[in-house]
Amino acid sequence: MTDIPKQTLSELINNIKTKKISSEEATKAFIDRSEKSRKLNAYITDSFDRAIKKAKQFDQNPNFDLKLPGIPIAVKDLFCTKDIKTTAGSKILNNFIPTYESTVTQNIWNEGAILLGKLNCDEFAMGSSNETSYFGNVQSPIDENLVPGGSSGGSASALAANLTPVTIGTDTGGSIRQPASFTGTVGLKPTYGSCSRYGIVAFASSLDQAGPMSQNVKDCAILNEVISSYDEKDSTSVDFKRGKYSVELSKNIKGKKIGIPKEYRVDGMPKEIEELWQKGINFAKDCGAEIIDISLPHTTYALPTYYIVAPAEASSNLARYDGVKYGFRSKGDNLIDMYEKTRSEGFGSEVQRRIMIGTYVLSSGYYDAYYLKAQKVRNLIKNDFDEAYKKVDAILTPSTPSSAFKIGEKKDDPVSMYLNDIFTVPVNLAGLPGISIPAGHDKKGYPLGLQIIGKAFDEQNILNIAYSMEEKINFKNKIADWWIK
Amino acid sequence: MTIDLKTIKHIAKLSRISVDDEKAKKLAGDLNSIFDFIEKLNELKTDQIKPLTSIAETSLKLRNDEIKSQNMREEIIKNSPEKNEDYFVVPKVIE
Amino acid sequence: MSKNKSEYLINRKDNQYEVVIGLEVHAQVTSDSKLFSTSSTKFGAEPNTQVSLVDAAFPGMLPVINEFCVKQAIKTGIGLNAKINKRSVFDRKNYFYADLPQGYQISQFKDPIVGEGKVILDMPEGQKEVGIERLHLEQDAGKSIHDIDPDNTLVDLNRSGVALMEIVSKPDLRSPDEVSAYIKKLRSIMRYLGTCDGNMQEGSLRADVNVSVRLKGSKDFGTRCEIKNVNSIKFMQSAIDYEANRQVDLIEEGKIIDQETRLFDTKKNETRSMRSKEDAHDYRYFPDPDLLPLEVSDEFIEKLKSDIPELPDDKKKRFINEFKLSPYEATILVSDIEIAKYFEQVVAKMGKNRDIKLAVNWITGELFALLNSKNLEISQSPISAKNLSILINLIKNGTISGKIAKTVFEHMIDGDQDPQKIVQEKGLKQQSDPKALEALIDKIINDNREKAIEYKNGKEKLFGFFVGQAMKASGGKANPQLINEILKKKL
Repeated sequence: MTDIPKQTLSELINNIKTKKISSEEATKAFIDRSEKSRKLNAYITDSFDRAIKKAKQFDQNPNFDLKLPGIPIAVKDLFCTKDIKTTAGSKILNNFIPTYESTVTQNIWNEGAILLGKLNCDEFAMGSSNETSYFGNVQSPIDENLVPGGSSGGSASALAANLTPVTIGTDTGGSIRQPASFTGTVGLKPTYGSCSRYGIVAFASSLDQAGPMSQNVKDCAILNEVISSYDEKDSTSVDFKRGKYSVELSKNIKGKKIGIPKEYRVDGMPKEIEELWQKGINFAKDCGAEIIDISLPHTTYALPTYYIVAPAEASSNLARYDGVKYGFRSKGDNLIDMYEKTRSEGFGSEVQRRIMIGTYVLSSGYYDAYYLKAQKVRNLIKNDFDEAYKKVDAILTPSTPSSAFKIGEKKDDPVSMYLNDIFTVPVNLAGLPGISIPAGHDKKGYPLGLQIIGKAFDEQNILNIAYSMEEKINFKNKIADWWIK
Repeated sequence: MTIDLKTIKHIAKLSRISVDDEKAKKLAGDLNSIFDFIEKLNELKTDQIKPLTSIAETSLKLRNDEIKSQNMREEIIKNSPEKNEDYFVVPKVIE
Repeated sequence: MSKNKSEYLINRKDNQYEVVIGLEVHAQVTSDSKLFSTSSTKFGAEPNTQVSLVDAAFPGMLPVINEFCVKQAIKTGIGLNAKINKRSVFDRKNYFYADLPQGYQISQFKDPIVGEGKVILDMPEGQKEVGIERLHLEQDAGKSIHDIDPDNTLVDLNRSGVALMEIVSKPDLRSPDEVSAYIKKLRSIMRYLGTCDGNMQEGSLRADVNVSVRLKGSKDFGTRCEIKNVNSIKFMQSAIDYEANRQVDLIEEGKIIDQETRLFDTKKNETRSMRSKEDAHDYRYFPDPDLLPLEVSDEFIEKLKSDIPELPDDKKKRFINEFKLSPYEATILVSDIEIAKYFEQVVAKMGKNRDIKLAVNWITGELFALLNSKNLEISQSPISAKNLSILINLIKNGTISGKIAKTVFEHMIDGDQDPQKIVQEKGLKQQSDPKALEALIDKIINDNREKAIEYKNGKEKLFGFFVGQAMKASGGKANPQLINEILKKKL
């Protein structure tokens, strides 16, 4: 039997169901490896003692009909967890302990999973390298001083380093798919409205979506099946018929039409990304798919649109952090002084920058020129996809314009950092599902991912395409456990 | 377009974030480079385009008029930084 | 239009100014739970005991709209003869304040649920139409309390998230009296509809008052000032009076009126500038991404229309036609739904031989006086409509006189007793037996021979003396009509 932490989710479930290992053994194995991996700084808060207690409880009274029977899982610290500190990577929530549970995490516990701890992330999910976290940088297990991507950086790092069998992240502009791509893992952003936003610390409400991250496509399907649910507590939750994604998973994609958007061939794109994409196209053909050239003419406007819409919503969503009801508070001479000190000491510089951008684009005299304009362009971007989907079933692109970079490399250049999300952002703007699967390495040996974008609510289709291509790609992550002495 | 320091300070005030001159200068630099990049949208004519306000493909669901949450004062106040059992506390406001 | 006797004008030297007023009324929607959360809206609870995680804006909490509040707003729109918008949008109004936990208020800015409408006011000089600009739904804020803790302001979020309807009038009002009539009319309509209890003491109805002045006859509007959050009709009237005169004085002195928000100081009876709020004026409205546009179908609206009860204007017309009331009487009786209900119950219970006039007089006379003296609403009346109708019938059928009825009425207050029982127990039944009365009168004439002779000689005033004597002798129970008849015959 493989070392427990190196087992896939499917293997673990099987081994627990067949009583080859107990939940306690599994939990302890992941805790043990997590303890040895403190150097990665993947966790903000661990709940190891509680996890062992829960695992023992599961073993005493096991229910093997559940989808995640006794499986220990660590989650991004953007999900509110009852009685467990939830920080969103921010000083302003440093000591916040929710009295409630997010719907997505509740869905996981309901299927028998056990919380291992809360994983590091960019502050309020604003970042692409996990460098904006108040709780410090996260190391990628791929290489020392390499960023794991962001904002779900702790999730990607913990997953790739086998500190958790699967995990969940959130994706507002690429925060699941980009770190998955950087760490050689699978990450799915479901259709907007698929997973409830209830209890997830909000960044940009019209873009935020929770999703699974995993070692492989099958595990991704299992976890998505658990977390995707209609929720009356979220007015933007959509009541559509959700499939049994893992059961209906199929490698047969014969005749599926896959679009290749010419606009994703951006200036200055590294040759190895270009080559990876071509390799992906060939694999898709090998799997029986039909490749069709398409155009998404407004692609180049997606990033500017995103950097109006997301900060605008964020500037309002983050107004509640004012030092009154919860979290950090600074002393002030009067109410306004208290607000200003609390917020400038409690928020990091990237969050403050985005609040400023958002306030500016909504302010009187600029609303039409920026915010309204962005909403109109967002419509154009969505229309591009609608048009494309008249001809194809899915779209294949690279996940990111480059592989992972070194910690500190882009920290002082916000625009170059933002460009990281160029291929992922349009998918959020259009509310579509997108999955990143590992597809190769660059010359430094760092993973590179391919993104498959689907029609709204067509998660099954992109999972199937990913599943089929995964077999042909046969990716192997090169992780040497460098951080464990 | 350039965002000047006065505008930065005004926006900071609206955002309830304190900025001194040094921070304002840094923010002005950052915001100007970001807006240079955002200005690309001006290439597009959008007069006839409708804004997209919500991406969720559903209609607004209405809930019944039922009281479900009972008194949860303790739970609500527990996390507040200033200790008072009944109220949230802020510095004295003079109207 | 008739010559306007009560026209409100401000005179200075050679100039006559008229005042132009528009109101933004905030009416609390009658509902069990809040607009976007499931906590209670009940008034007067212990601080922060009706606050949910949504109301206190905890991270990750989301709004879910209350259908009943939507219906209430649409019903009110129908009552205001207004256009119902099938698609409306919730926006965030962003500002920081201690009693605003989200840092924004969910409101409706560009696309309100109700569009233009109108209400009719009954003024002494005739009817006046006031235009409604719009009605939208929004969240109420919490309450800041400044006088418990000397060093801090305390915040109670019980009100936070309660549904409000903001009803914006056109600048059609021209005097404090019209403002009073307008508020009363709105209140009346909403109470008929059951959409707002109109309780101004509990803050269920408050208004921002926009005031400007201009030379009489001018078509242009002057610079307006907004007086925030006035919570009684009396204060609104005083505030307008003060503010209009202040503005006229400024104009007369050649000064400029600043467009600003002002506060009414109820102690000093004056308005003053709220400069502290000035930098907070950029509200950065944008559509709330946590909510979708609110869409209602024609069927939804039609169903609500069919549930609308008879409203004051229609009821008034019917009272005039059906019961032959004067417009004045009808206006009083329909002014509040509870009064109208009471009146209609009395009428219904009086049966076939009903005397509507008598009922109107008793309700607006004795009953109102009683309620006034005890400071009660008609819904709390110590005398039920049923018993009052019985009393009125007792007068009508001659069982008791109007005068005795007043005595009976006094007794009825105590425990809402049946007047018939009181009449019986206290022996207050009217004496209508002609034989007994003749004997009684014979005795009086006999005892007052000289006066009887004087009367016969032409001193007709003495007739009243004999009536008085007869009533006195009967203990007030004699049928006055019969006494008159017999006296005339005998004298």
